[in-house]
Amino acid sequence: MSTAVAAALVAAVEEDHAEAAEGIDLLIPAIYDIVWSIVVLAIIAFAFYRFVLPKFRAVLDERTDLIQGGIKKAESAQAEAQAALERNHAELAEARAEAARIREEARTEGAAIVAEHRQRATVEAERILDTAHKQIEAERQQASVQLRAEVGTLATELASRIVGESLQDEARQSRVVDRFLDELAAEPSRANAGTVQ
Amino acid sequence: MRPSRSHDHREHPLSSLATILPFATSEGEGFHAPTIADFFPAPVLFEGSFLEVNRLQIVRLIAALALVIFMVLVARRARLVPGRSQNVVELLLDFVRVNVAQEILGKERARKYVPLLTTLFFAILAFNLTGVVPLLNIAGTSLIGLPLMLALWVYVMYLGAGIRAQGLGGFLRSNLFPPGVPVFMYVLLTPIEFLTVFVLRPATLALRLMANMVAGHLMLVLTFSATQFFLLEASGAMKVFGALTLVSGIALTLFEVFVAALQAYIFVVLTAVYLNLSVEAEH
Repeated sequence: MSTAVAAALVAAVEEDHAEAAEGIDLLIPAIYDIVWSIVVLAIIAFAFYRFVLPKFRAVLDERTDLIQGGIKKAESAQAEAQAALERNHAELAEARAEAARIREEARTEGAAIVAEHRQRATVEAERILDTAHKQIEAERQQASVQLRAEVGTLATELASRIVGESLQDEARQSRVVDRFLDELAAEPSRANAGTVQ
Repeated sequence: MRPSRSHDHREHPLSSLATILPFATSEGEGFHAPTIADFFPAPVLFEGSFLEVNRLQIVRLIAALALVIFMVLVARRARLVPGRSQNVVELLLDFVRVNVAQEILGKERARKYVPLLTTLFFAILAFNLTGVVPLLNIAGTSLIGLPLMLALWVYVMYLGAGIRAQGLGGFLRSNLFPPGVPVFMYVLLTPIEFLTVFVLRPATLALRLMANMVAGHLMLVLTFSATQFFLLEASGAMKVFGALTLVSGIALTLFEVFVAALQAYIFVVLTAVYLNLSVEAEH
């Protein structure tokens, strides 16, 4: 009986011992604990320092470069577009100036043409007028010559008639004849010219 | 069974938790209350040697290999236009680089320490998350060795950074004799600062991480083993409590995911802060 109890007690105590671990054990590392801790940390540290972290850093750097490159490219494209826009504006302004200049030129040219034409017309008109004058003069001369010839004949006829007919009005007739003769005498050149022509 | 350990004959408080809780009766299988023994499972390989492998070491190895394989695969397929998994990884990488490193250290100095902070963050996150992965079910960081090694790594890095930036004398002077303090205060301040820089910073880094993971594991085991007990072994109306513990277990699982990320974040933030305090001459 007592041995059975003792055996049970021993068994219980042994079981208790087996389960038991001191609280202080939590704070005091066993050698194997430290060894394996170093092993697992070394595995992780080796993998991270030698491969994982450099690889990720490379990828991140590459991405940063790409983004910065993209930004730079966009900036240069923007600048290019800006330059093109400015160039277009400049060209447009130039074209406008050109158009204005051409318009101005055309205007002055037109004015010059009009003026020239006007002048030419004036000259032409003068010339025509002159010609007309000359023609008129010539015709007048011709008429004068013709007239003079006729007047001579008529005068002679008149004179003969006057002399032959009326004696009553002797005095008046003689005055007419006198004046006629005077006029003839006063204008010999004309008479001559008339005959010549 | 760990007969090789000499302290097994001593009793510890949590192992007696089962006897305190009312439903943890001694009859039959009963209720398996979580104990600290969970963190010291039986060895599987090389028992007793410095290469002893137990369940926790296997979990750590699986987590490390899974993390490395996943990251290497994603990194290999990394393209300018990221895919889905690359997006997630880049999100985390950006988070550590921008929100931790650059925010605390400034853009210039951050560049040098981003690999350290990133590696720490991913490693801690992976080891923390094994606590909620089915079948693994224990955080790799819940045993002090790993948090301690992480803290030691940070310790070496921030001491090295400080000495490189200011020289040994300059580093000690700016850290142990903070400027702008009356001379007699150094009697009080210098020991405190010494303790802070050389002991408390790494110790708190390691303990905070380990304690959070231990607590999370205990809570999860408590809720789920209680659920099993209530559903399978409790009688009658007591089974209703099973639903309650199951729901709280699920909620706690989600909470543990959050804690896993939070602790990883806190660890790298503090690392960045310590690095910053070391390289800055005046603080």
